[in-house]
Amino acid sequence: MATPVVEASEPDNYYGYRRFRKGKFEFQRDEYFVHIRWPKGTHTMAADVFLRALQRDIAWNFFYGTVNFDGVFGTLNHYGTVDIFAGRFNDAYRKAGRDYNETYASDELMATFKAMLDDWTNRGYDPFAAPEETKHPYGRKDGENRRAIERLRVTAKRMVGLPGDTPLRSDAGGYPVNRHFADVPQDRPEIHAEPGFENEVSAFNLFAYLSRSDVTWNPSVCSVVKDSLYCPTSEEFILPVEHGNDRVEWFMQLSDEIIWEIKHKETGAPRARVICRAGDICAMPADIRHQGFSPKRSMLLVWENNSNAIPALIQSGKAPVVPVVF
Amino acid sequence: MSDVKTVFGALDNYQKGGVEVIDDDPRNYVFSNVFEVAARSKPYERVAVGKNFEYVIEAVRAEGTSPWYACAHDEFALVMDGRVEVRLLKPETPAVVADKAGAVALGAPPVGRKMGRVVAGRGHMTLLPKGSAYQFHADRASVVTIQTIQGEVTIERWADICQTG
Repeated sequence: MATPVVEASEPDNYYGYRRFRKGKFEFQRDEYFVHIRWPKGTHTMAADVFLRALQRDIAWNFFYGTVNFDGVFGTLNHYGTVDIFAGRFNDAYRKAGRDYNETYASDELMATFKAMLDDWTNRGYDPFAAPEETKHPYGRKDGENRRAIERLRVTAKRMVGLPGDTPLRSDAGGYPVNRHFADVPQDRPEIHAEPGFENEVSAFNLFAYLSRSDVTWNPSVCSVVKDSLYCPTSEEFILPVEHGNDRVEWFMQLSDEIIWEIKHKETGAPRARVICRAGDICAMPADIRHQGFSPKRSMLLVWENNSNAIPALIQSGKAPVVPVVF
Repeated sequence: MSDVKTVFGALDNYQKGGVEVIDDDPRNYVFSNVFEVAARSKPYERVAVGKNFEYVIEAVRAEGTSPWYACAHDEFALVMDGRVEVRLLKPETPAVVADKAGAVALGAPPVGRKMGRVVAGRGHMTLLPKGSAYQFHADRASVVTIQTIQGEVTIERWADICQTG
């Protein structure tokens, strides 16, 4: 397969950043902002907001459904192809006919997004980190932080810690306990396996594992029952995107608190606020978008059904947008 | 010494949040709390608190000794509060047919080889391997959630456990 073409300018003489073009979308950054242009309009976002969203969109491989960087710009995953849009999920833009959309093979758009993130992330800035844990992203071009932005999302095949599966986290492995989880016990389950069953009698401390996560808002697969994926994650500050669901997903709050703002997926109209505290569990319907606010670093279990049949079932009305009717 | 305080829930100590409606029906969010569900359950009732097509998350009040269960696919037990022993056994003959969804409660302890046991505390996740039989034991009331597929032992009582208004 041919290497995707990335259309980028030479570095700007003053700011030092490259400009990028994908189709008729143009992307430019300066000291504070990212400017997006398309045939029917322009848009401006704070550089940190854009880079945090871009980092997740890349790490999640465009994720499930819609990744709204904000109320105007984002991507819509078709699992093989992906839409890049402006105003597509904004009621005012839609009614005024100002929305705009282009579709690309996922790998093709991903190449441009990765090049943009690489060029626009300065030395010491980690878009995966909470703001308290990293330098600010502003200013003129100053080095790079490839070590931070090229971290991979964990995807266990069966369960974290099993032989041949994704490993546990430790100090020695470069995963110290996060400052907000300094009080989380690091004890281990007692495992007494009979000879011959060492690979199947298995358990690990999930809370300790999450206390050592070095990223925020990055659901990672930790246990798998066919298409049922447990994707726990540690959260702090604001979910950098408004995630528009193409299927129901579930949240079980494992520790502390997250406040979710829920909006209509298509229009962005507010629908509800959901306050989740430890032990709370709730569904995100397939016709909403959501954004979370975590005052302290918290542990969240994101639960996904990975079946690729679901988006079509919901779009066609064969499956409801809510998981349970009662 | 850090003064940070991470808040976990417990059977006798949890603070439930909730849905604040702007223009919606709170039932759309199927909102409940696993500690509250366990507090109101009998020991080892496997109450669905999450459902996504055939898949479920069950909340279980672990107290005393459970029946033996068997399952044709993997399941995962996460202790949310307390301390739970998981006893594992490999039946001599399969206890459930290969395509059976969800766990099955066995009428009698199965005959087979001991695989081992796990003693799990809060936050510990245990693999319940496909094709095995397992039994829980907790000296005091504890809370476990199970990642599994809806089966004959799964109890649904959404209107009783979820926020409706």
